[in-house]
Amino acid sequence: MSNANHSEIIELDVRTDEMLVNMGPQHPSTHGVLRLVLRTDGEVVSEAVPHIGYLHRCAEKIGENLTPRQFVPYTDRMDYLAGMNMNLGWSLAVEKLLNYDLPEKVRHTRVMIAELNRIASHLVGMGTYGLDLGTFSPFLYAFREREKILDLLEWVCGARLTYSYITPGGVTADLPSDWIDKCSQFLDQFEPQIPDYHTLLTTNAIFIKRTTGIGIMSADMAIAYGCSGPVLRGSGVDHDLRRDGEPRYTSMYEGYEFEVIVEKSGSYPKDQVYPTVPDEAVLGDCWHRFYVRMLEVIQAIKLIRQGMDFYRKASGDWGTPIKLATKLPQGEAYLETECPRGQMGFYVVSDGGDSIPRRARARSSCFSNLSVVEELCRGGLIADIPAIVGSLDIVMGEIDR
Amino acid sequence: MIDETFIEKLKQRFGEKISGANLENVDPWIEVSPAGLVEVCRYLKEEPAIAFDYLNSICVVDYCETDPKKAAKAKWQPHLEVVYHVSSIRHKTTGVIKVMLPRWKDDVEGNIPELPSVASIWRTADWHEREAYDLSGVLFVGHHNLRRILCPEDWVGHPLRKDYEMPLEYHGIRGR
Repeated sequence: MSNANHSEIIELDVRTDEMLVNMGPQHPSTHGVLRLVLRTDGEVVSEAVPHIGYLHRCAEKIGENLTPRQFVPYTDRMDYLAGMNMNLGWSLAVEKLLNYDLPEKVRHTRVMIAELNRIASHLVGMGTYGLDLGTFSPFLYAFREREKILDLLEWVCGARLTYSYITPGGVTADLPSDWIDKCSQFLDQFEPQIPDYHTLLTTNAIFIKRTTGIGIMSADMAIAYGCSGPVLRGSGVDHDLRRDGEPRYTSMYEGYEFEVIVEKSGSYPKDQVYPTVPDEAVLGDCWHRFYVRMLEVIQAIKLIRQGMDFYRKASGDWGTPIKLATKLPQGEAYLETECPRGQMGFYVVSDGGDSIPRRARARSSCFSNLSVVEELCRGGLIADIPAIVGSLDIVMGEIDR
Repeated sequence: MIDETFIEKLKQRFGEKISGANLENVDPWIEVSPAGLVEVCRYLKEEPAIAFDYLNSICVVDYCETDPKKAAKAKWQPHLEVVYHVSSIRHKTTGVIKVMLPRWKDDVEGNIPELPSVASIWRTADWHEREAYDLSGVLFVGHHNLRRILCPEDWVGHPLRKDYEMPLEYHGIRGR
């Protein structure tokens, strides 16, 4: 049943006065501080306005006062569930400005680390999405596996959340000697557990009822609102920067085989081992956005496995991070990478002769993804709002500037 | 995507409204005059061969130096640059559009410069323009809801301006 039908039926049934309801700023689906002001008529939401800006840690202003390498730890704090991917985006943008080439080994290290972090992030997205819809066990299962990934990441850089591992010019240290074996063991143990998640969520009757046909976003709407990542692909737009991005970024994935997860002609390709799309699901609804994330985890596992082989064969060292105060040439560079939540763009402007950029801008995916909430929630029920906001997998730290 | 022939074509079509270009930079850019912005953007989005249907980001760079010693050495006059990063999902290409603005309208300090809104072309510009207005102080004319988005409504000043000074006090909270 679509949103439109809900509201029509209820309008005929009960007619109450309009009411303004504040949702948040501590709603669990937002990992932080988001306030939604809802205009409701009974259970039906006629307007949902997101209010942001409760964090405001001045990340961009700080970027204008620090050298690029000093700014790396601040990028961790943007999307704190995928700190490695944030480091990567910033590092690539700075390297693009400096026209810096990297040794082969760094490339494979970065692919492995970024994809591992993508799995960890999708696990949180998936687990907390279950939590939003009232089921608790998937959250625990997801966090159990995530802890193991965090152990691996802690081993390479010493931190569990704010890594600062990938840095302009390479990575801060080589991988520990038997890290790859441990990582491989983890993947072997993790992969057979994925069907459990599908049993608990994807094919669960209640979950299907709560997510299918809700918050439908057409492909045109997703593009118009600048949505990206699983949100865009959940609407059926075949766009992934790992394949379609700039050469500086896509060359990182050169030689790797992976599939961009998007629905093609009625079903998801190849991954038929995993559940098929339920009949009630409409392309671009909450279920599809969730499912894209689930299948992306499988692709990430594939990528890490390939990365291990490449890394073992690769020559060269782990790169030389640029100096803390490397002079930036005059010019500007913008680069977007495919983070777990979507396209994260970093923009570095330098007017030459100084090591501090004139402007350090972060274009975040969640910012655009959140702007669509207003339209998705219109005509839905109050109970659907956590389902819609949760399916966008928003991290408020990224929206903040 | 943006090369000499592309610029030449645009100049033939729009004439003076294409006020310049830079092809040497890592990301080449087109410079558009404020008056022609909406027209050029609409063309870039709707022309099937270009089809910049996706607006990545709107960003304002403030060229201003508060240190008088450094300001004397600077090679530019103080100004604002509004940068539009666009891309095409269909053709997998990217482009950069720039608009140069004075820091203050009519050189009156506190009078923020105006620029036509492109929210009618790309829906996502709605929030990006609000952010640019809030943090950098550019008035987007024609925007239906130009309110602050990250700072409180009654905040004074635009924090990402280079000469912005943190207030001493805000509602009894110490600022500096």
